[in-house]
Amino acid sequence: MNDMRQIERAVDMKQTKITARGVQVYYGDNHAIKDVSVEIADKTVTAFIGPSGCGKSTFLRCLNRMNDTISICRVEGDILIDNEDIYDPRVDPVQLRAKVGMVFQKPNPFPKSIYDNVAYGPKIHGLARNKAELDEIVEKALRRGAIWDEVKDRLNAPGTGLSGGQQQRLCIARAVATEPEVLLMDEPCSALDPIATAQVEELIDELRQSYSVVIVTHSMQQAARVSQKTAFFHLGNLVEYGETGEIFTNPEDPRTESYITGRIG
Amino acid sequence: MTDQTASQPSSKHGSLLAVDARTKKRNAAETRFKAYGIGALLIGLFFLVTLLTAIVSNGSTAFSQTYISLDVTLNAEKLDPNGTGDRDEIAKVTTLGYTQIIAEAVANTMAANEIESPLPAGALPLMVSASAAAQIRDTVLADPSLVGQTVTFNVLASSRVDGYLKGRVTRESLARDRNLGPPHLDIVDQMLDAGVVEKRWNLAFITGADASESRPEQAGIGVSMLGSFFMMLVVLFLSLPIGVAASIYLEEFAPQNKFTDFIEVNISNLAAVPSIVFGILGLAIFIQIMHLPQSAPLVGGLVLTLMTLPTIIISTRASLKSVPPSIRDAALGVGASKMQSVFHHVLPLAMPGILTGTIIGLAQALGETAPLLLIGMVGFIASNYPDGLASGFLDPNSAMPAQIYEWAKRADPAYYERAWGGIIVLLVFLMTMNIIAILLRRRFERRW
Repeated sequence: MNDMRQIERAVDMKQTKITARGVQVYYGDNHAIKDVSVEIADKTVTAFIGPSGCGKSTFLRCLNRMNDTISICRVEGDILIDNEDIYDPRVDPVQLRAKVGMVFQKPNPFPKSIYDNVAYGPKIHGLARNKAELDEIVEKALRRGAIWDEVKDRLNAPGTGLSGGQQQRLCIARAVATEPEVLLMDEPCSALDPIATAQVEELIDELRQSYSVVIVTHSMQQAARVSQKTAFFHLGNLVEYGETGEIFTNPEDPRTESYITGRIG
Repeated sequence: MTDQTASQPSSKHGSLLAVDARTKKRNAAETRFKAYGIGALLIGLFFLVTLLTAIVSNGSTAFSQTYISLDVTLNAEKLDPNGTGDRDEIAKVTTLGYTQIIAEAVANTMAANEIESPLPAGALPLMVSASAAAQIRDTVLADPSLVGQTVTFNVLASSRVDGYLKGRVTRESLARDRNLGPPHLDIVDQMLDAGVVEKRWNLAFITGADASESRPEQAGIGVSMLGSFFMMLVVLFLSLPIGVAASIYLEEFAPQNKFTDFIEVNISNLAAVPSIVFGILGLAIFIQIMHLPQSAPLVGGLVLTLMTLPTIIISTRASLKSVPPSIRDAALGVGASKMQSVFHHVLPLAMPGILTGTIIGLAQALGETAPLLLIGMVGFIASNYPDGLASGFLDPNSAMPAQIYEWAKRADPAYYERAWGGIIVLLVFLMTMNIIAILLRRRFERRW
């Protein structure tokens, strides 16, 4: 591995952003997540890896309560963001999702203009007082999404008319437009070609400056490239969690090693 | 040599140049199936063409009508014996008092065109519609100064004369007719030559009111068209909001449990309930319990709303379902509430489907007859248009399909062409609505 990367990844003790304690998730009778406890640091990219169906996406969706939309899903245990239990009955999931943004597996821009795609979040949260402020927010978000230069001349063109990679960056811009503190990404590059993937990965690395980024990925190379910390899930259990370099070079658990070396998965 | 290569298989599959028995059989089956399909299509097409030809050939004659142009001398001695010129005084003469005037007018017109007839003067007005007296009287009452003058009127010919011009009535068919005889037709022939009798485009059929059994030449579908219009307004303004709200709740908000399952099954069942059942339900609830007026478009609209609701709910739910869940996720992901995600994103995308379903539901309701018979939406409205929008909903009225049914029931063969003509009008409306539905779907269809 690249030495420069290793140094960059060196652990500086960052503040804990998300704490999960004894999280259990059930889909009806199916026990999908079994007693997962994890601490996710601020201003860090944390990768969830593991074979298909291991529960990594399910756990990610617990962090902004997207699982609420599935009626048979039941979550137990505590998930704290900034020491506040997000499953507390007083918490409105809508407010939570403004704080914890999400980017999905398949790019899913609204079938509206590029501008409206980004402006929608700030509009419903009342982040802009007038058109000028909104324009500013949209530009800032599109710059953050590293797509501004490509779309600045056609902000009124439909977002669905962009290429796959551009659409995904637009979705990232849409997610950061609401000024979240945590950004969840559910396999953001699985529908993209290698060039677009590289662009998005570069973007993720930049986003680390401002957000706590949690990314689910099938690609171990991607996890190794973008993340500082990695969690390995297997059959609903959190098998191993630690420094990315550590996990990939010197895993403690034999299951992690088997997965990384390609024997399970 | 070439024969040999073809017959000698080079592999275990045999030569590709020769079709084996099994493949032949499969190909034959495919050809047969295609033939069945084309056959079925042709049969369907044949019936469609037959139907349309029958409708057009039988109904198109309803759009023209025979008129007689009469020089009517408005005899002052009869209409205004005291010479007052006062409208109220003239109004005392009923339509019966005009019979003599019309008889004289026919005789005068014949004399002016040198037409001679063995018929007594009293038998001549039979060629003119019974509506002529009212038409002349109304003109006189509108302008009493006409009394004493000779005015040219274009009056409707009687339905027999009209039928003669359209080929429906012949001298043989009139042999036992009490009203008109072959001598009348001789007069009509000569009047036709003189240009006094003329067949013209008949706007009154589209705008007019129904008429009594004895004067089919006067009947039109206009008033029942208004009845249908008012009913459709009720259906649209009730079933669209109720149906869409119910579908959104069921599709997006309702918890998945036994109760909602039960409701869903019942909505599907309701869509298949015979419409006459809705009619009897409407009769029981709206008229017998709620005491709403009979024959009113309001009640008709309410009944048709009940009937249309399942159609609208089913099509709305289907179009809501067809919006990809990723759009909902995207909206929720940026912190939109459930309601915002539905109203800002899902509903606009589902709108073309919802509108199409609504228009198709309305078209279905427009052509519905059975439930209207039960709530009395077959009013005989011979003249009055509703006074205004409010009374339009409550005044007794008929509806287009009910009017067609009424005409088809009547004995006079002249009503036969009117029933077909009514069908043409109704079909034009239905086709227009369906075309609008198709255009809407084309216009707003989005891909993602």
